[in-house]
Amino acid sequence: MEIDPFIFRLSIFILSIFIGYYVVWSVTPSLHTPLMSVTNAISSVIIVGAIIAGLAGNSDFIFNTSSIFGFLAISLAAINIFGGFLVTQRMLAMYKKKKKDK
Amino acid sequence: MLSPNLSAIFYLISGVLFILALRGLSSPETSRQGNFFGILGMIIAITVTFLSIGNFSTGFVVVLIFLLIGGLIGAFIAYKIPMTAMPELVAGFHSLVGLAAVFVAIAAFLNPEAFGLGSPGNIKLGSLIEMSIGAAVGAITFSGSIIAFLKLQGIMSGSPITFKGQHPLNALILISIIVLTYLLCSTQSSNLFWILLAVSFLIGFLLIIPIGGADMPVVISMLNSYSGWAAAGIGFTLENTALIITGALVGSSGAILSYIMCKGMNRSFFNVILGGFGATEQSSSSQNKEQRPVKSGNADDAAFLMKNASSVIIVPGYGMAVAQAQHALREMVDTLKKNDIKVSYAIHPVAGRMPGHMNVLLAEANVPYDEVFELEEINNDFANADVAFVIGANDVTNPVAKTDPQSPIYGMPVLDVEKCKSVLFVKRSLSPGYAGIDNDLFYKENTLMLFADAKKMTEDITKNL
Repeated sequence: MEIDPFIFRLSIFILSIFIGYYVVWSVTPSLHTPLMSVTNAISSVIIVGAIIAGLAGNSDFIFNTSSIFGFLAISLAAINIFGGFLVTQRMLAMYKKKKKDK
Repeated sequence: MLSPNLSAIFYLISGVLFILALRGLSSPETSRQGNFFGILGMIIAITVTFLSIGNFSTGFVVVLIFLLIGGLIGAFIAYKIPMTAMPELVAGFHSLVGLAAVFVAIAAFLNPEAFGLGSPGNIKLGSLIEMSIGAAVGAITFSGSIIAFLKLQGIMSGSPITFKGQHPLNALILISIIVLTYLLCSTQSSNLFWILLAVSFLIGFLLIIPIGGADMPVVISMLNSYSGWAAAGIGFTLENTALIITGALVGSSGAILSYIMCKGMNRSFFNVILGGFGATEQSSSSQNKEQRPVKSGNADDAAFLMKNASSVIIVPGYGMAVAQAQHALREMVDTLKKNDIKVSYAIHPVAGRMPGHMNVLLAEANVPYDEVFELEEINNDFANADVAFVIGANDVTNPVAKTDPQSPIYGMPVLDVEKCKSVLFVKRSLSPGYAGIDNDLFYKENTLMLFADAKKMTEDITKNL
């Protein structure tokens, strides 16, 4: 009997939780705010689903109920992607080490 | 058009890049490179999606337009937002992830053919379960984050809103979500799908209103986690590796942050979530106070104390953020350093309204990050320091947490500020902090209260140094 592909996805999911666990514990507490803004940005990779939904209509019918929800989701996710990465960049640029005296 | 196997490999690559993005945050030096990996991963994921659909007709242009609109809004917000508003911003962003997850789930429910999930009214069972989970968690994330945003922004009062029968009601709604999901999967009725969404929006709202302002670090972390699980749910529906990996990463990241925040307050996760902390404690504490004498001073006294010190530890809290005093504080520290006084900063895990809030504000004011220490790193140094300068913090310095088992904050890790030779406490009044209890530190022999706005007081001290 063949293994259901769902099991493979579940394996990826469970292993990624463990990776997340160890990676996030090694994040220095002073960078916890940038951590939140960058996780925000990357979770907006949900945009791939929005794009699929948006492009699903045929060329005569670009706008149907499903694709409109797709288009709206694209904008929402894009706000997050651009906003999240840029604000993280802005924050990280501020973290500086002490200037060496003399 | 990209073959499904090739695009799956590219999605895997972007998932790995996202892992590296988080890995980079283990130190400020590698963090910028990490952010770059994250951006690269996102570009790969979006490009591959376009290529794998391969439909570059009018629809493609419309997609690009919506992408650009969102991108411009996002970029504008990112450049304009002041650093003190970071908690609100993050809460706002969480709500958008949640809503996007809901919209994608709706789109997939209405047009399952586009995603290869079957036909309307006959969606594959597994996909329907995944879709319902993604949609429900997304909806909870959305409405919960909106409430968190309103509370942080001050539009809604930060005090907990509680009413009778709140917990049974919430429990009932959570059970109804499970029942609805089950019914939805057995009947495929679209009405049930909409009801499920409505009920999920409602529970998100109800879950967050009883949680008070200073518990926001836990709430934000928790919603961060939810947004990850919502993304993972949708990732299963779309059979997309990048989304599954990311969802798992974000979900566990938020969960760890919630755990760290709860530990910083010595409260269990459920205790925070069930809420009502500030409301229940305030009444009991108001009976026996206003009796004890306090010593209060002015900027001149404070400057005198600090000038004669050889080491000073600064303890910032939410009040510093409210007063926007971080720049004035750094100027004061610069003057102290010119006089050969050693200065360091002590940050409590739950200082401010979100994890790492104080660190970002200090970084914004050009404070080098190697002068900023976490509680465990610096707590032993208070005994050897001459002056502790508490600016906008309260409960996290309260020695009661170590001495009085009756106190609601007993057992919470606190900064040992009282061990310093003298303590300067900048505060607007003697009012108790969030936990609603009096701070013993106010009445200590070696404490000098400085009643003023944090920013103004700091500036005055600098003038007197």
